[in-house]
Amino acid sequence: MTVAATPSAAPGFAARALRHPSFVAGAVLTGLIVLMALVSYVWTPHPPLEMTVSQRLKPPSEAWWLGTDAFGRDVASLIMAGARNSILVGVVAVGIGMTAGVAFGLYASAKRGWTEEIVMRLSDFVFAFPAILSAVMLTALAGAGTANSIIAIGIFNVPVFARITRAAANSVWAREFVLAARAAGKGGFRITVEHVLPNIVSILVVQATIQFAIAILAEAALSYLGLGTRPPDPSWGRMLNEAQAHIFRSPTLAVFPGIAIALSVLGLNLLGDGLRDLIDPRLARKR
Amino acid sequence: MPLLEVENLTVTLATNRGPGDAVRNVAFALDRGETLGLVGESGCGKSITALALMSLLPERARIAGSIRLDGRELTTLGEDQLCGLRGDRMAMIFQEPMTSLNPVQTIGRQVAEPLILHKGMTRAAARERALDLLDRVGLPNPAARLDQFPHQLSGGQRQRVMIAMALACDPDLLIADEPTTALDVTIQGQILDLILDLVEERGMALLLISHDLGVIAETTQRMMVMYGGSVVEAGPTAEVFARMAHPYTRGLFAARPKLGPATETPLATIAGVVPELADLPPGCPFANRCPLMIPPCNDGLPPPLPMGPDHISRCIRARELVASA
Amino acid sequence: MSAALVEAERLRKVYALPRERLTAPAPQVVAVDGVSFTLQAGRSLAVVGESGSGKSTLARLVMALEPPTAGRILQSGRDLAALSPGELRRARADFQMVFQDPYGSLDPRRTVGWTIAEPLSALTDAGRAEQRERVAEMLAQVGLRAADAEKYPHEFSGGQRQRIAIARALITRPKLIVADEPVSALDVSVQAQVLNLMRELEARFGVTYLLISHDLAVVNYVAAEIAVMYRGRIVEQAPTRALFDRPAHPYTRALLEAVPKPEPGRTRRRRARAEPAGEIGTGCSFAPRCPFAIDRCRVEAPSLRKLETGHAAACHRAEEVIAG
Repeated sequence: MTVAATPSAAPGFAARALRHPSFVAGAVLTGLIVLMALVSYVWTPHPPLEMTVSQRLKPPSEAWWLGTDAFGRDVASLIMAGARNSILVGVVAVGIGMTAGVAFGLYASAKRGWTEEIVMRLSDFVFAFPAILSAVMLTALAGAGTANSIIAIGIFNVPVFARITRAAANSVWAREFVLAARAAGKGGFRITVEHVLPNIVSILVVQATIQFAIAILAEAALSYLGLGTRPPDPSWGRMLNEAQAHIFRSPTLAVFPGIAIALSVLGLNLLGDGLRDLIDPRLARKR
Repeated sequence: MPLLEVENLTVTLATNRGPGDAVRNVAFALDRGETLGLVGESGCGKSITALALMSLLPERARIAGSIRLDGRELTTLGEDQLCGLRGDRMAMIFQEPMTSLNPVQTIGRQVAEPLILHKGMTRAAARERALDLLDRVGLPNPAARLDQFPHQLSGGQRQRVMIAMALACDPDLLIADEPTTALDVTIQGQILDLILDLVEERGMALLLISHDLGVIAETTQRMMVMYGGSVVEAGPTAEVFARMAHPYTRGLFAARPKLGPATETPLATIAGVVPELADLPPGCPFANRCPLMIPPCNDGLPPPLPMGPDHISRCIRARELVASA
Repeated sequence: MSAALVEAERLRKVYALPRERLTAPAPQVVAVDGVSFTLQAGRSLAVVGESGSGKSTLARLVMALEPPTAGRILQSGRDLAALSPGELRRARADFQMVFQDPYGSLDPRRTVGWTIAEPLSALTDAGRAEQRERVAEMLAQVGLRAADAEKYPHEFSGGQRQRIAIARALITRPKLIVADEPVSALDVSVQAQVLNLMRELEARFGVTYLLISHDLAVVNYVAAEIAVMYRGRIVEQAPTRALFDRPAHPYTRALLEAVPKPEPGRTRRRRARAEPAGEIGTGCSFAPRCPFAIDRCRVEAPSLRKLETGHAAACHRAEEVIAG
């Protein structure tokens, strides 16, 4: 006896989501980071770039919630404004990687044979370079900056999405309803758009959340190395870098951006895990 | 004392639409050397009954009533004790021999495993015994098969391996859940023959679950027809087929495509569909599909009505039904 | 002279398996081995055989979902392999398919109406309104409600899903529907409903079926003629009645005998038999299991030949099988 599997669109998704602890925790954390970034456009405790030379390296206090940095800037405001940068890099880089990767993956899966081999070996080639290393290479060649680091992280995301798309699409192609669509007279392009893509969207959404977290980490790492966002734009990674020089006098300077990075990455990963469980209950039970 | 005694067995499953009784008040007894058939459509509770006997129900299932094997209550046993019983005293054969065998282990190892586990045999002795078993179940060239993997065997051969595994420890009770549904008719006959031979030879009790009335008719001494979680008719197989004292049994029989030259009349059908567990009516579960339905049918699950020696039907109009035919 | 609906000429399909060793050539499986048959409009044909006999492959070849390794298929005199991909797609309006698994063959993310309209949207330029109208009409034909078009497959039972699949296959008014095990995944009571529906539609729309099944009892409700397949070959083909009355091939006979019959007091006639080792040399592939086998059967493979009784059978001793 089998109980028919319910697709994710079934009613009760919201109810199940609210009962899922890691989804709720992830959504709350991610929501807070996004909210912080949005609020920073209209309000921060202090203007994030304002330097108050008399107030350098202050510990947290009522006036400076999280203290000040070596230039007398308010750390709390910098972290709020830095969230914008992290989100921008994440969204655009994942967007680039997802668009190109999904297109390659779908194409490989629809064509099979040599086309598939070539696309996948190419993506293996890109994949073989560690993400940070290729980003370092690219930014070293093309110059540091937010745009270049976004492109570098985006390129790293392409093979990730290409692979997962191909694998998921292949399993959809093997389903009988695709054969039925072929028998009905549909061509490869329409089958891909009308049957394959809608059936793998959930997997892609989950992967996108996880890649988003990785992109935030990568951006922080690049900025820390001085290859990412350039001063004076606030960036969590660069805050870490700048905190380094004053680590003994003012350790909180490194702690707060570190916490911001950790919480946003944790939040996105929890969200991704939760989404995966909710979208495919069968997968969740197997784990 | 019979080998297996089931009393008031009720299994409640959590479904998408709330809790539903997959098995309702099922009671039967089965002795060594006896063969009992359980017939019904998907969703009628027959597989859940089998899983309940093996204590292999899904985690969220609730079980009420009593299952006694040789007088020992199984529903209250811990998992450790059950593990000692499963595969040793009672064994089960599943429908799909491909998915029930581990694809990355050799045949020999899988057949020998219960022997090492339950009988404490050495690896070599167990392998020796596995060879005997594979030979007994009629697997061609058993010595070579020991080191092969499941995908190298045909469906019928895999089912023979499953049977060998189930028999390894000489169980008292063999439960076969649709053992031949995935097989072709010619192979099906061979597998059923094999199971019957082994039941006779070893004095096992057999519970055979099938949706196929033909398989049940040819293989079992007694049978139960399940619908909506309840046993709606039960009795000696010959009596049940001779009388067919429940409208569902009759519907099932009439709807079955029959062999022989095609006729112009359409097949008899049972209107409607099998009800969902969570929506089972309080009365007779078959009432809304039944051509004989009268208002009292909805008043509660009909009591088992004696129809003949050891033959019962849960239909309040069973007597009329039998008399009319 | 009007051409037959389907003519299959010496169809052969070989699949390569994954290599077991790098140096050895990839092992092959011959799924369909030189199958020829003719399907006349109005005389539905059933292909019966055990799993692995190649019957589903045959269905896919006829549907041009896979190219044959050798041989060709003519549909109404047209060679499908000679058509361009675009022409082949348009030709599909004439032949549609119903699959075995009513759960797998409907896209879970598409509404029933969308799924039923799929051949129309793929093959014709019918507008939205016309599609909706045709879908409603088809739903009525298969015994569902027009409102069901808005629902998703998971809201339906297996039998209802198979009705939806049949509606999809019928919407272009095809001449041929290839039905691969259309009822084997369904419960007995529902099987009967779907078989009756298929028969009704045959009469109402003048559609002809190529029915693939492992169950002889199922096909005799729909098919005028039956072909029995064994290991990639047709071993017997005959009008339904003749085949049931007097099977001409020992395998057909074994099939008929093996079907369990629900009759009171009938118990199994037990035959102590082991499964044959299955190695076939040049001879008949059924010889290792055949009670009629003689020495000649083990060396010389019989070819399909016409018998006086209207059967075609691939057996050296077919006359004796019919007689006895």
